[in-house]
Amino acid sequence: MIEIRNVYKSFGSTEVLKDVSLTVPPSRTTVVIGPSGSGKSTLLRCCNCLEIADRGEIRINHRTIIADGKPLPDKELNALRAETGMVFQSFNLFPHMTTVENVMRAPVVVRRMAKAEARELAMELLRKVGLGDKADVYPSTLSGGQKQRAAIARALAMKPKVMLFDEPTSALDPELVGEVLQVMKTLAEEGMTMMVVTHEMGFAREVADTVVVMADGRIVESGPPEQIFTNPTQERTRGFLRALVDGHLAGARPQPPADDPLEALPGNH
Amino acid sequence: MTLDFAPVWGGLPELLKGTVVTIEVTAAAFLLSAVLGLLVGIIRLNPARRVLYGIASAYVAFIRGTPLLVQLFLLFFGLPQFGILLPAWLCGVIGLGIYSGSYVSEVVRGAIQSIDRGQMEAARSLGMSYREAMWEVVLPQAFRRMLPPLGNETIALIKNSALVSLLTIDDVMREGQRIISTSFRALEVYIAVALIYFILTNAATWILRQLEKRMTVERG
Ligand SMILES: Nc1ncnc2c1ncn2[C@@H]1O[C@H](COP(=O)(O)OP(=O)(O)O)[C@@H](O)[C@H]1O
Ligand SMILES: [Mg+2]
Repeated sequence: MIEIRNVYKSFGSTEVLKDVSLTVPPSRTTVVIGPSGSGKSTLLRCCNCLEIADRGEIRINHRTIIADGKPLPDKELNALRAETGMVFQSFNLFPHMTTVENVMRAPVVVRRMAKAEARELAMELLRKVGLGDKADVYPSTLSGGQKQRAAIARALAMKPKVMLFDEPTSALDPELVGEVLQVMKTLAEEGMTMMVVTHEMGFAREVADTVVVMADGRIVESGPPEQIFTNPTQERTRGFLRALVDGHLAGARPQPPADDPLEALPGNH
Repeated sequence: MTLDFAPVWGGLPELLKGTVVTIEVTAAAFLLSAVLGLLVGIIRLNPARRVLYGIASAYVAFIRGTPLLVQLFLLFFGLPQFGILLPAWLCGVIGLGIYSGSYVSEVVRGAIQSIDRGQMEAARSLGMSYREAMWEVVLPQAFRRMLPPLGNETIALIKNSALVSLLTIDDVMREGQRIISTSFRALEVYIAVALIYFILTNAATWILRQLEKRMTVERG
């Protein structure tokens, strides 16, 4: 469970988050969408104190991770971070370790798990994300989709109760997006609590319980995906979705623009 | 003019003994500079820790802004005024180590800063402490990038070690001067001494390059 209460965050004189509140209930998936620079990444990063929120409170599984600019003391913060998996747009795999070492390292270092046990756990997770045969290669030899699946396995190795995804498929070639979304979908179905920044509308439709639209550091609208995509109440949501669809069509497959842009939103992956 | 290398051959045992001293002093100074450089380099990553950062920065500024010879003399001739009388070899090792450490610290800092921020963030997000993330994730990657500039520092250290002959340490330089003082064959002896330094610096470069190669292969 993630509870974000009246969070503010500035970088220097730029206010990036302005009074953001949002709750992701247990075992639910919230998808955050919004234009570039609207503060999505910053919000996500505040949830495990990679950025320090200036004001407001954030609670993870009923534990306050930060309140009024004061994060938990280091030790407790580390423990809470260990239970909050984070997946980055740029994967951030450790290039000096093999795939399986990437996954088993944190359990060994943070949880003091025995190496053999950690390796077994890592292998199990790698098989789960379809990378059982890539355990002993270095990340540089993996495709983008494989890298991101390995990164997800690495986060899962800490047995997180909450997962944060920051545009996990934005750096991927289009044909590799599906395999990563599939893994995330499985996680959601298994009851993981997830907060996902993504512009994959098909995923949002299919997996999200709630879609949150951000613009300019604020939440402008939120609701179930059907409502946000088919019947948005805010003009900013409409404008964003239109721009997104135009971008999709321009980038992915050239075809004449649909009459109603919202109709043309890509469906399943 | 004819060259006469007979004094060099005659003094070879002394020159070799001096070479061993040079290697010992340099190796000890290298270790000191590595430890110091690592600590200071890491401290200087974070200006928010004001006091430590201030001390580390002052150290780097002072050492890099003053001649090594003056620093060595401060240790050797200056400290005794406070009743601190260190043996000559220790003055040499400490002086060289502190001097080289200031340069190594910049190598360390630069290499760490060249590692993508996402690496530290990924490690922290898995629950590792700053120290664990540094040790497990950032430093191993930074270390590989340190090796080439560290090679330069090692070469400089070996060459700079000739100055410790002025602290009455019987390194290869001083042994050479001793042979000259009885044979008066300065050119021949200094050629031999130069050759020995040349071999030492190249050996050090070779060792570091092997290390670099091995680390590249390991990464696959
Ligand atoms: N570390 C930072 N320092 C200064 N400004 C930042 C930093 N991170 C993000 N910003 C600014 O904050 C705003 C929101 O960024 P971000 O949260 O990354 O948006 P999004 O993920 O929605 O694209 C942007 O204007 C960005 O330039
Ligand atoms: Mg972003």
